Amino acid sequence: MAETLLDIRDLKIGATVIPPGEDPQDITIVHGVSFTLEKGRVLGLIGESGAGKSTIGLSPLGYGRGGVRITGGEVILNGRDILKAGPGGLRRIRGREVAYVAQSAAAAFNPAQKLMEQVIETTLRHKLASRAEAEARAKRLFARLGLPKPETFGDRYPHQVSGGQLQRAMTAMALCPEPDLIIFDEPTTALDVTTQIDVLAAIKEAIRDTGVAALYITHDLAVVAQVSDEIMVLRQGRMVEHGTTDQIINAPREEYTRALVSVRSIEHEEKAPSGAPVLDVTGITASYAGSVKVLKDVSVSIEPGHTLAVVGESGSGKSTLARVITGLLPPEAGAITFDGRTLSPALPQRSRDDLRELQMIYQMADTAMNPRQTVRTIIGRPLEFYFGLRGKAKEARIRELLEQIEMGDGFIDRYPAELSGGQKQRVCIARALAAKPKLIICDEVTSALDPLVADGILKLLLELQAKEKVAYLFITHDIATVRAIADEIAVMYRGELVRYGPKSKVLAPPFDAYTELLLSSVPEMHLGWLEEAISRRRMASSGN
Amino acid sequence: MNWRRIPASAWLGLVLTFAFIFVAVFAPWVAPYGLNETVTDVWAPPSAEYWLGGDNLGRDLLSRMIYGARTTMLIAALASALAFLSGSVLGFLAAVAGGWLDQGLSRLVDLIMAIPSLILALVVLSVVPADVGTLILVMGLVESTRVFRLARAVAVDIGVMDFVEASRLRGEGTRWIIFREILPNALSPLVAEFGLRFIFAVLFLSSLSFLGLGVQPPAADWGGMVRENKDGIVFGIGAALYPAGAIAVLAISVNLVADWILNRTTDLKGGRSG
Repeated sequence: MAETLLDIRDLKIGATVIPPGEDPQDITIVHGVSFTLEKGRVLGLIGESGAGKSTIGLSPLGYGRGGVRITGGEVILNGRDILKAGPGGLRRIRGREVAYVAQSAAAAFNPAQKLMEQVIETTLRHKLASRAEAEARAKRLFARLGLPKPETFGDRYPHQVSGGQLQRAMTAMALCPEPDLIIFDEPTTALDVTTQIDVLAAIKEAIRDTGVAALYITHDLAVVAQVSDEIMVLRQGRMVEHGTTDQIINAPREEYTRALVSVRSIEHEEKAPSGAPVLDVTGITASYAGSVKVLKDVSVSIEPGHTLAVVGESGSGKSTLARVITGLLPPEAGAITFDGRTLSPALPQRSRDDLRELQMIYQMADTAMNPRQTVRTIIGRPLEFYFGLRGKAKEARIRELLEQIEMGDGFIDRYPAELSGGQKQRVCIARALAAKPKLIICDEVTSALDPLVADGILKLLLELQAKEKVAYLFITHDIATVRAIADEIAVMYRGELVRYGPKSKVLAPPFDAYTELLLSSVPEMHLGWLEEAISRRRMASSGN
Repeated sequence: MNWRRIPASAWLGLVLTFAFIFVAVFAPWVAPYGLNETVTDVWAPPSAEYWLGGDNLGRDLLSRMIYGARTTMLIAALASALAFLSGSVLGFLAAVAGGWLDQGLSRLVDLIMAIPSLILALVVLSVVPADVGTLILVMGLVESTRVFRLARAVAVDIGVMDFVEASRLRGEGTRWIIFREILPNALSPLVAEFGLRFIFAVLFLSSLSFLGLGVQPPAADWGGMVRENKDGIVFGIGAALYPAGAIAVLAISVNLVADWILNRTTDLKGGRSG
């Protein structure tokens, strides 16, 4: 029996919230969660937003984010209750026994200090090693984490390295004081898939080699399955299921866990070609402020009622393509034909019908709706603006649209802040539908949502497409979403179209190098995927 | 609205501000004596009949303070209203329209702001006839440059949000974007700024009157009263301190109210915080 490192007993965490227009309320975020972690083991905490996974994850540091406090239970680390440690005691524990790796390394590093200073700061502060020893240790960690030029890597500033490297540097920072426990809080969520796989592999190796224990917090079950020994599924501050990774993935006991495991299993039959395209984009070249070309000679087309998925990493130009089509960014070269007529490149010259038939849904539903307008105004305005609907007719149409997005008319007088994330995105869909468009541009519409909610939105979009015959231009970085929704796929890389065609062709071998890399980087929901993917990649690169 | 949720500081500010407004509106009924009635001795000490004593000409100081509240607050309020109307409309327009209009307006405002406002006002007021109308106009225009800056900054901030882009894509005109998309979200910083601007207008007017270019005698305003009675301080007579104190109390109480409004409106309906 291995030694117990962390023992959390009946942990209760509360917070004070001030709901709009009401008195402050005390709510409970975590309702009595208990678990133990042995030395050298990795426990994955998984759940949707609001499940309390980060709140629980921060408790071994004795820390609660703004307004959050631990109201009950015990957090026993190395045999003593850290909730009774007091500020001085916590200071001795933090960094030395428990370290933290944050989601956004770019925001967590001090931009004015060199990386080395920040990586060894904790070690020096706790007087665990001399400066020379600490620097040597940091360099060893840089090498182990696969960072380039480990001898000089620490001399760089945070903005001089890539996001994936920064995340690895942060892992080195956590490992440097040789703690007993590291808390990883969504360390790869903000990274592109092709970067995520390397960081994930580096983290996994580092954990294995140093024998440190870890809490790995994420919302992505496929990711956590690669790294952890055990998984705990959380929902609304309660434990749903806790077991070995093998059991959770292959034999989930609870209904909710089964839903999480089988998420993104929507199947969508590719539609047959149906004739004249609704949108035809030819030879688009575009740049911001005339400097760097963001799009290079891109041509795609969409048939009525079809979905074209544009896939690529950040910086691939996929969102710029949307801006060009909507007219927000006039292209330098190329033409856009919409429903048989040539669209003027700039927004102000387009006719009202051009605008009406081409709608847009945004990634962040929060900022896509005016927080001071009710659902009635948000959905009602396009009706008023394009169709001149007023009074009863408008009201009836708003209710009809709410019905279509599977929300009752009880929501009609709510403000965006009074809706959940999924409901907000649904209202945005209704706003786009209200214009009776021929094409809707969906810019990463499910990326900010929890997997189960995202599934609901994708199902809704497919249903609406079947009913309304609307075409989608679906911009995403997520291959699973593409599989679920696309008829045609365009793969973009650094502003160029690298692969384009019907789904069945694009996702079938032989692949070009980039598509191969992209597809093999998407985490799959089975154990050992990471090792397989990495070894496949090594074989491929040694074969070249 | 829940009355119990108003903090004590806001209560204090509200009560004092409303007291000032009440006194200002009903000055002729509240004041015990007339504005220019010489009723007592020069710099008479406070007594049961004359609560604050007499001023430099033997007029009742309390009555003049009450009439002074009326003049001071009316001019300051009208000047800030003018500053807000012109400053925020032009600021929003500059932010939404962009381009040469934005450049032109912003540089013009920079130009005006480069000249110290008191000196600018002194020069203008010494040239044109100093009546209440011109006073309001000059103060309003000088103050409007500050409002323009704030309104433009806030509107630029809101203008890059997706919901504004969505309404542009819908084909909405500038008027809708300014008044329906941006204004409701810019209201809370602007309301708080209005409180501050009002106080600055009171101080500005008092400075002008103290320098003799503001409200002209025999009309009473607080800054002018400090000027009239300042010589008494040498003789240990505090008549000048009462109007000065009134300016300070008004400034503090309006500030308390503005502070509370800012706090309240930022979390109303979960609007943009911060």
